[in-house]
Amino acid sequence: MAERILMKGNEAIAEAAIRAGCRHFFGYPITPQTEVSAYLAKRMPKVGGCFLQAESEVAAINMVLGAAAAGVRVMTSSSSPGISLKSEGISYIIGSDLPCVILNIQRGGPGLGGIQPSQADYNQATKAPGHGDAHVMVFAPSTVQEMVTCIFDMFDLSEQYRVPAMLLGDGLLGQMMEPVEFPDVKVTPAEKPWASNGHQNKREHNVVNSLYLQPDQLEAKNIERFERYAQIQANETRAEAFETEDCDVLVVAYGASSRIARSAVMNARAQGLKVGLLRPITLWPFPQKELLEASKTAKDILVVEMSMGQMVDDVKLALECSKPVHFFGHTGGIIPTPAEVLEQLKTIAGGAAK
Amino acid sequence: MTTVYEKSKMLTDAPMSYCPGCTHGIIHKLVAESISELGVEGRTVGVAPVGCSVMAYNFFACDMVQAPHGRAPAVATGLARALPEGVIFTYQGDGDLAAIGTAETVHAASRGENIVIIFVNNAIYGMTGGQMAPTTLPGQVTQTSPYGRDVKTAGYPIRICEMLATLDGTAYAERVSVNTVPNIRKAKKAIKKAFENQIAGRGFSIVEVLSTCPTNWGLTPVEALKWLEENMTPYYPLGVYKDITAEEGK
Repeated sequence: MAERILMKGNEAIAEAAIRAGCRHFFGYPITPQTEVSAYLAKRMPKVGGCFLQAESEVAAINMVLGAAAAGVRVMTSSSSPGISLKSEGISYIIGSDLPCVILNIQRGGPGLGGIQPSQADYNQATKAPGHGDAHVMVFAPSTVQEMVTCIFDMFDLSEQYRVPAMLLGDGLLGQMMEPVEFPDVKVTPAEKPWASNGHQNKREHNVVNSLYLQPDQLEAKNIERFERYAQIQANETRAEAFETEDCDVLVVAYGASSRIARSAVMNARAQGLKVGLLRPITLWPFPQKELLEASKTAKDILVVEMSMGQMVDDVKLALECSKPVHFFGHTGGIIPTPAEVLEQLKTIAGGAAK
Repeated sequence: MTTVYEKSKMLTDAPMSYCPGCTHGIIHKLVAESISELGVEGRTVGVAPVGCSVMAYNFFACDMVQAPHGRAPAVATGLARALPEGVIFTYQGDGDLAAIGTAETVHAASRGENIVIIFVNNAIYGMTGGQMAPTTLPGQVTQTSPYGRDVKTAGYPIRICEMLATLDGTAYAERVSVNTVPNIRKAKKAIKKAFENQIAGRGFSIVEVLSTCPTNWGLTPVEALKWLEENMTPYYPLGVYKDITAEEGK
């Protein structure tokens, strides 16, 4: 059995990337994800890999584009303001159908915002990671262990679908320490016949490109990409249901918020309230089917986020506004407490019982 | 029958998208010939910019990547780090390299990134229809400097080779021109040397090529060649600004 060790979230992600076969990392320092860079700066040279601190987030994501075009497993890491800077490159990477892994260890915003944990980049990650008709797969693990397993899957799925994968974490998950085991798996990167890595005079030249000047060609390319998005929606949507079988109130929360919501649900159950939790693990694709299933018996929905309320819109859309959807959250780096969420549940359950 | 001349196999048969009289075609040919003569087509990956040469990926027969505006040196860095045996070059215009991509250019040079940059300087934004570039000359009329570039408000042109030559990471910086046959021969020599540097792992090499834009300069091709000679070369003197192989030879 694999060894169980105590690790900081950011460092565990970095180690997971190496074990998943990533040998190229390009980044730029920003709180609260800097441990990813610091860890990889130490580890990469020891495994024959490349750690490069770029001159900017803009340069870092374009180095990712270059390395991904060459066909290697590559990752970059940042936090909210840095992700905004990367969004140009992310759009080009999407448009060029390149695989890569991007970490966003979110902090408060907008602007320079703050450096405390936040979930206020949900809309950016799931709706508009870059200009154009563009999506990335968005994973929102809630424990250090789950961050590790997600990273392995993200490299694989990103290559399988040729769509970038983003880990949407936050300062809380990045900074906390938890025991973790690294899966003992054999990594087999996908074949990449499309890579621009030198044709060795054995094939036609490959071109990695996002420019299609003919509208019909550009539309066809987008349609083809959306067919892959549909496959991702059909096959890769993930969520965890907790105590949802008979719930009157369903809480929907992801990442760090879901840990708080889970405590609140357990406390509420102890007090005789029928409440449950649905925890989306993929935010794009959003787990609509899983939400409909988990909310079958629910009269009310409570969405808990560390933002002014962003995922709440997707919950309403998924339910087609068939049930009242309440929101509770804090933003700016304030973490909601289980007691606050429990209060909300009591109020809603009281109303629902009437 | 003896073949006295043939098109480089490093160029595809795609019809070029450049305007009549533009010198991009000559520069493409020099790059292609240099790579072919060194026998490294199979391990070369080129990076196309945003600008007139955005579709360079259709013209060069090696593997190609198209980069966001100005980011070609960063994309080339990613390629070079992923492909240690690769021969990596970018082909960029003045707006791409010296305005929106200045940071990427300077830092690729300062890291001594083992890449070649072919920098085509025609003192104007061609693709978008003739706006002021970072290399537009003082007094030069463009769409966005209709009264002539006023250095009091629009600043001064940037001399890229001189600037990059100050960086320790730069191995080779030379400015050439393609306005006459002797200059074309010198340009070819410089471009080939840049690729030789990379194959030898000497680090960052840049060749700045003074180029014409008859369409947006509002001149005939012949007048444009003369305008380059009379106006650009005094401000952008031709020559070697840095060459670590020459310094090693001393």
